[in-house]
Amino acid sequence: MSDIPLAYVPKAFKPVATEVPWVRWLLITLVFLVLAVLLFAPLITVFYEALREGVGAALTSLTDKESLSAIRLTLLVAVFAVPLNAIFGIAAAWFITKYSFRGKAILITLIDIPFSVSPVVAGLCIVLTFGANSWVGSWLVAHGMPVVFAVPGIVMASMFVTFPFVARELIPVMIEQGKAEEEAALTLGATGWRVFFTVTLPNIRWALLYGVLLCNARAMGEFGAVAVVSGKIRGLTATMPITIEMLYNEYSSVAAFSLAAVLALLALVTLVLKTLLEWRFADQLAAQHRH
Amino acid sequence: MQIEIDEISKEFGTTAALFPVSLSLPSGALVALLGPSGSGKTTLLRILGGLEFPTSGRVLFDGSDATALTVQERRAGFVFQSYALFRHMTVFENIAYGLRARPRATRPPEAEISRRVNKLLDLIQLPQIGARYPTQLSGGQRQRVALARALAIEPRMLLLDEPFGALDAKVRKELRQGLRDIHDTTGLTTVFVTHDQDEAMELADLVVVMSMGRIEQIGRPQDIRARPATAFVRDFISA
Repeated sequence: MSDIPLAYVPKAFKPVATEVPWVRWLLITLVFLVLAVLLFAPLITVFYEALREGVGAALTSLTDKESLSAIRLTLLVAVFAVPLNAIFGIAAAWFITKYSFRGKAILITLIDIPFSVSPVVAGLCIVLTFGANSWVGSWLVAHGMPVVFAVPGIVMASMFVTFPFVARELIPVMIEQGKAEEEAALTLGATGWRVFFTVTLPNIRWALLYGVLLCNARAMGEFGAVAVVSGKIRGLTATMPITIEMLYNEYSSVAAFSLAAVLALLALVTLVLKTLLEWRFADQLAAQHRH
Repeated sequence: MQIEIDEISKEFGTTAALFPVSLSLPSGALVALLGPSGSGKTTLLRILGGLEFPTSGRVLFDGSDATALTVQERRAGFVFQSYALFRHMTVFENIAYGLRARPRATRPPEAEISRRVNKLLDLIQLPQIGARYPTQLSGGQRQRVALARALAIEPRMLLLDEPFGALDAKVRKELRQGLRDIHDTTGLTTVFVTHDQDEAMELADLVVVMSMGRIEQIGRPQDIRARPATAFVRDFISA
């Protein structure tokens, strides 16, 4: 015992959970490299190609009738698909997290189907169900409400593909929060709707916002399912992604890349919006998570 | 308010949480539902508050059948186990919630709401914390805010689910007296759930010992201590 030194001074204090510097730098470099190759380079290329013949040429191609119609259609699809999916997503998440019932696990799996099914297959299903050859479809066409090769089909296809986003964001948050706050509001005399608007909605608003932003980005960018149901009619049922592909195939690269740049910009705007909101409400976010 | 529990039973699916139990709680009493987890005490409390509906049996408030009353109609001041304060609202807004939730005809004007909330903050001896958020409070402060929020609706009874469960031993002792004082000031029939026999024996006028969905014994603390009715009660209170 006596030959153990009384005060053992280690050579250097080293935090246990820290790598050696060169490993750290290697990892950081790797991340940046991957980001540069997969993310930044393609994005820059899109803008570079769009502006290759000058801003004027890019703008001219965008004000073309077809391009304008594509932008209008894409925005229209988002205007319908996103709010509807937000409502469905909230309803599904509410149903799954606040009640216990038989077949809950199956329902959760069903919500994920759009993630696992190829969008092209989803589009085909819509064509088969609502196309002119099905009895539903022929009835709809006879009554002047065609779904396939028309806007309703495109909205449907976009909704199918983006359905899981809102529900997927909300379910874990709502499970974690439990139902005690809602029950407390009920015992204080609040009606169901009041509880929803004053307690549930404020508690899930951030998850809801993320879900809606993701849903929006995907709805505007969807290609596969829309390609099948839209029939790709120029100026009528061609959304932005569809038009970009058609223009690209026809070697109108400035027009294709200009439209692609606008689509990318829309996505970037969503991202900036999200960051701004996070920054603006940082205090509230922190207050909610500190427990 | 006098509370009568008449042959109440509760099943969740195929499992019975409560076998038919009957219980009479005198008006103004401070009652403890005491038992280990799974004894059905919380289920019974939630049935009183209208958060759970019994499979069979009746609940009577002052002699009139209240079994079918909704949770809002019960007007029970309910304090939840982890307090369930609204995390996105200030303490003031938490306490004002029940008043603001009233239909317009009976909703007090803003000045009156403010006056009442401040009076409740005085009652729980935390007059300065109205502007804070629940996350900025200690456990003991949260419990008292939950109590004030429940009292704001001018409840007919006070129901508390493990009100001291989430607190450390020292705060727990202090708040016991706090609950006793609030009970004595308001005169409300108060029922609290606990698994801590010390807490039940020290605080309650009437202790209901429960086990496996059944009532083992009902009595004053000293009577239960002196004459435990069953082997379970004897073991549980000496633990």
